[in-house]
Amino acid sequence: MTTLNIDHVSRWFGNVVAVNDITMTIGPGVTGLLGPNGAGKSTLINMMGGFLAPSTGTVTLDGRPTWRNEDIYRHIGIVPEREAMYDFLTGREFVVANAELHGLGAKAAHRALATVEMEYAQDRKISTYSKGMRQRVKMASALVHDPSLLLLDEPFNGMDPRQRMQLMDLLRRMGDEGRTVLFSSHILEEVEQLAAHIEVIVAGRHAASGDFRRIRRLMTDRPHRYLVRSSDDRTLAAALIADPSTSGIEVDLAEGALRIQAVDFGRFTVLLPKVAREHGIRLLTVSPSDESLESVFSYLVAA
Amino acid sequence: MYDPTVARLTYRGLLGRRRALILGVLPVLLIVLSLAVRSFSGADDQVASDLLGGFALATMVPIIGVIAGTGAIGPEIDDGSVVYLLAKPLKRPTIIFTKLIVAIAVTMAFSAVPTFIAGMILNGNGQQIAVAYTVAALVASIAYAAMFLLLGTVTRHAVVFGLVYALVWEALFGSLVSGARTLSVQQWALAVGHKVTGGDLVTSDVSLPTATVLLVVVTVLATWYAGQRLRSLKLVGEE
Repeated sequence: MTTLNIDHVSRWFGNVVAVNDITMTIGPGVTGLLGPNGAGKSTLINMMGGFLAPSTGTVTLDGRPTWRNEDIYRHIGIVPEREAMYDFLTGREFVVANAELHGLGAKAAHRALATVEMEYAQDRKISTYSKGMRQRVKMASALVHDPSLLLLDEPFNGMDPRQRMQLMDLLRRMGDEGRTVLFSSHILEEVEQLAAHIEVIVAGRHAASGDFRRIRRLMTDRPHRYLVRSSDDRTLAAALIADPSTSGIEVDLAEGALRIQAVDFGRFTVLLPKVAREHGIRLLTVSPSDESLESVFSYLVAA
Repeated sequence: MYDPTVARLTYRGLLGRRRALILGVLPVLLIVLSLAVRSFSGADDQVASDLLGGFALATMVPIIGVIAGTGAIGPEIDDGSVVYLLAKPLKRPTIIFTKLIVAIAVTMAFSAVPTFIAGMILNGNGQQIAVAYTVAALVASIAYAAMFLLLGTVTRHAVVFGLVYALVWEALFGSLVSGARTLSVQQWALAVGHKVTGGDLVTSDVSLPTATVLLVVVTVLATWYAGQRLRSLKLVGEE
């Protein structure tokens, strides 16, 4: 049982506050740290991993501070976001070196490489690896010493769907084994698929915490706005407003489009094509006008 | 204090193909020059001393020291791969000490060895000149490696600052301003070299005791401070 405690932690760089008075507890299982780019996720992970001192507050792992405490790394495995990783070595040499730095041998390295299924390419230079292969070797290097806490900074960045699935399976397994796994992401779907527990960070602040379903509900229940162009805007508007999933429609004459506010996201997305077909209307444009992650997050913060 | 894995990683990074080529250029040039000088003017103690003092010790050793010293840690800090060393139950001073040993060994190999070979070519170690400059290069390698390793932990532009020190301070100011010579690794090393020859061909502006104390103090302080720098190194994320 490993618990990471973040207690009233702030971090500023000059005049810029990157992390603002965050308190959270990360326990066993998989936790997703969700937030838009620049929200302070990396800063927070750096402090969790002992690479950055909090300006105020404390970060402790089972009661021991992570800052300036090299011994803590016997229990922490870190998968950094940055790509650089001794590209002149082969995957095997790299993982063996990581094992040795923990006082372990080639056997531990071999086991870690097997866990991430990278044995087939272990004798190739890292410089020849794809993004996903690099990510898996980074994973292996973080797993050699069988850590109880795994910290991963944007581990899915740049991975293709298959690699993403593999890594998700692996992290899920780690969580099921009772390890404390924390990964950061700015992509909602990634977090949804993997983490039961979520911490949301927006602009350096702790915006939401808890069970994913609750947060997802908050996110999907918010009114969605769409911009729709069709062959007959007014007929379409009349047909849509008759359904309770739509709460408002504006005919934007300047744009030549409808601005629709939907309150029931799921129902609306089924309704729109159905209504169009029934009335023989051609849909020319259907685009969400507030789907940017920032708008989702700012809604969350307000909720 | 010394970690063989850290050493191996550092050696492989330092002696990668491109950097090894850069490290090899000056020693090859020194030996080619020595061969040319010897074939044109025969064995001449004064010429040998001028070439070894003016080129080998004043230019080649500090430049090799800059490349090896800053290269032993700078690139890892720059690209962030140092995180794989830092995220280990490994004392930060151990990392620095190991990297220092590697930087010293590489600087010695690429500067003192060619200095000796050049000395033998130039006058067959007449008046102990080859040995004197080799010892001076060995001594200077230690201090340069420590200074430039520290520089690698302090600034991203360590190579530039290192070269400015080596070329402007040591070579230019050292030859123009006598005060600058007291604070010059080159002069300290020459004091040790002078002790070896005993003659007038290798001379220094600094006395041997002063030189020894300064060499030790600079090496120890630079290494200690580099360890401190690494302890509080902040890895800034992508944000």
